[in-house]
Amino acid sequence: MNHDAVLEQKKIMESEWGGGKAPFGVSWRKYMMWIFIVSDAFTFGAFLAAYGLFRVTSAGWPDTYEVFTAFPFIGVEAPMLFVAMMTFILICSSFTMALAVSASYKNDRTKALKFLGLTILGGSIFILCQVYEWYHIIHDGATMTSNPWGVPLFSATFFMITGFHGLHVLSGLILLTITALKVKRGFYERRGSYEGVEIVGLYWHFVDLVWVFVFTFFYLL
Amino acid sequence: MSSEQASLHVDIEHHKESFISKYIFSYDHKMIGKQYMITALIWALIGMGLSWVMRIQLAYPGQQIPIFETLLGRYAEGGILAPEYYIAMMTMHGTIMVFFVLTAGLVGTFGNFLIPLQIGARDMAFPLINMLSYWTFFLASVVMLLSFFVESGPAAAGWTAYPPLSALSSAIPGSGAGQSLWLLSIALFIVSSLFGSLNYIVTVLNLRTKGMTLGRMPLTVWAVFIAAILGLLAFPVLLAGAIMLLLDKHLATSFFIPAGLYVGDALLSYEGGSPILWQHIFWFFGHPEVYIVALPALGICSEVIATCARKPLFGYKAMIASLLAIAFLSFIVWGHHMFVSGMNPFLGSVFVLTTILIAVPSAVKVFNWLTTLWRGKIHYTPGMLFAMGLVSLFITGGLTGIFLGNAPIDIQLHDTYFVVAHFHFVMGAAALFGIFAGIYHWFPKMYGRMMSNMWGRIHFWLTFVGIYLIFFPMHFMGTTGVPRRYYAFTEFEYTMQYGGMNEFITIATLITGAAQVIFLVNFFGSMFFGKKAETNPWKAATLEWTTDDPMPGHGNWKGEIPTVYRGPHEYSTPDGKEDFILQTDSTGFGKMDKE
Repeated sequence: MNHDAVLEQKKIMESEWGGGKAPFGVSWRKYMMWIFIVSDAFTFGAFLAAYGLFRVTSAGWPDTYEVFTAFPFIGVEAPMLFVAMMTFILICSSFTMALAVSASYKNDRTKALKFLGLTILGGSIFILCQVYEWYHIIHDGATMTSNPWGVPLFSATFFMITGFHGLHVLSGLILLTITALKVKRGFYERRGSYEGVEIVGLYWHFVDLVWVFVFTFFYLL
Repeated sequence: MSSEQASLHVDIEHHKESFISKYIFSYDHKMIGKQYMITALIWALIGMGLSWVMRIQLAYPGQQIPIFETLLGRYAEGGILAPEYYIAMMTMHGTIMVFFVLTAGLVGTFGNFLIPLQIGARDMAFPLINMLSYWTFFLASVVMLLSFFVESGPAAAGWTAYPPLSALSSAIPGSGAGQSLWLLSIALFIVSSLFGSLNYIVTVLNLRTKGMTLGRMPLTVWAVFIAAILGLLAFPVLLAGAIMLLLDKHLATSFFIPAGLYVGDALLSYEGGSPILWQHIFWFFGHPEVYIVALPALGICSEVIATCARKPLFGYKAMIASLLAIAFLSFIVWGHHMFVSGMNPFLGSVFVLTTILIAVPSAVKVFNWLTTLWRGKIHYTPGMLFAMGLVSLFITGGLTGIFLGNAPIDIQLHDTYFVVAHFHFVMGAAALFGIFAGIYHWFPKMYGRMMSNMWGRIHFWLTFVGIYLIFFPMHFMGTTGVPRRYYAFTEFEYTMQYGGMNEFITIATLITGAAQVIFLVNFFGSMFFGKKAETNPWKAATLEWTTDDPMPGHGNWKGEIPTVYRGPHEYSTPDGKEDFILQTDSTGFGKMDKE
């Protein structure tokens, strides 16, 4: 074997990846969640792109500041206040989620449970707020095919996008509940890794991030 | 062995296998791959039957074919296929072939069967959702099959399901329940594909054995890996579209339905929607889908050619780079399906540019195959013949792709038989040849027995010549403007002149289709009565041929997973005892290990 070939082989040997350990030090479970998130982002991307097209091509798209004015118990019109509050609550739940992940990695089960509980609470309040908002605009006369503010696709895209997002929040809540039960029963402690909490956290942050986009594009702009 | 793999290994050893856990709800990636393969073969027969029905109608329009009434019942009363069901048969043929045969037959079959074996893993990362992936696919199959039996017949808006035809339930019979089932089935298929893709990607990234760097992975694994990424990014967009279309159909929204539409004499109350939006959404998915199908076929082709030409694959890295380039470009070319949909000509010219650019990596692949074959010691196994046939079909179909990618030419050729010829060559037949090459090549590993080489060669020649006889004449029909999707060509003089040619194509279709019986007999016969295979019958260098048994059990290797020391396609090595070196061969490395 000539000298170059030996060098080449030596180079190959040195480049050898040890195997068994992930290239970025990430387990396959976490990879899978990241990859799923990328995929799901494309679904939301398609919905939001479609929404953008309808909005640009429809004459007289309703002014969201005139549509979303309801706020429970205060009796006066408060444009965007309610949805701003919802958004704030959801972002807070992301914050508590991060604290739960941090606590679980420190093996602090009580603290992790507390923050997971707060996250579930935040998500549940968000869902209830959404129910209120849906109830309100349905009460105003909005359906999938028509609404009192003009362009029918306004309410159709609203129900579709917030509904699809709401389903994500709902499944996130189910996942969080299962995770909380597992933490409580010491499942992750036995396994020796609290990665499961972090993976559910990734999903929860994603769902929150999507809402930020929905809030920006559908409500604010 | 990583801790993950170790725990998996333990799971497997403690796992008692009943009939149900071994053959039905199996977690073993090899069994799941075979399940995909058998299901895809059954679908292929159904899809082929539909093409026979269409071809017979085109060759003998208006003639009574008694067997039609027996087989198709009310779709062909009096033995004459009704026009609205001709279009339904065409829709189902396209849908079945693209999704259930080519996608499942390539990504599902070879992705599952080969990834763990070729990268040195015990199984997929997450065997449970791998099993769910197959059964979701099975459910999608059942729903699609059911749509043949609903009152108004199966979907009839083409495999592209363009609205308003697909969105208005009252448009034609197939737009009713058939279309709804179609959308449901596709949604299930998307979920199944998502499960599969997640597994393929993380398995390739995380479960490779010691020494299996990305630069040492066989090209099939690379191709399936990239196809999985494409599927992961393209299918969710179709999911969004399918949800909107279902809402249009069932909740009367008008996402894809424009204002001012009449059905019969009644003005419909839709407003504001855009049928063009569906085309954008569909083709944003649809074009990558072409490569989800094509890339694994190209990967199989590369590997079989290198193995059977007994030469290292020419330009291994260029092959990977071209796969990546094709994958990237596939996301920015969808507009070339829409040149006649009312597109801004400037935008059209951008899509022309990106489309024609695909010719560059495609040509890299073709020349690398040819240079691999050049002066090789070619073993004409059936797998090799099909791989070489794939190269031929890929060139023929690729060249017509350059015509169609040009907007000025496409405006003339759009929706003619030229397009039918083009995609049947480059996507249909080429990908089918990828499946055949893969099955003939890996059959010994799948069933521990050999398929008959002689019958394989006969099957190849009949199929290869048949494909050219069927589809090549369609180019001529297309250039003179014969439109596709027509029920009969008896109305216009310029189409009537092709009566003889249509008959010729139909006879070729019937013979080529019948020739597949040879394959089926060979396949199922060899499964039970074939010659027992050696562990490495083709003298291939990749990891799957190093298993202890010719037909490995769950867990793949009985002992430790082998360590990999070199690239996947090392043949005709000058100083070896044989003309190939296994990836696990550490000769020449021993000294350095000790140093």
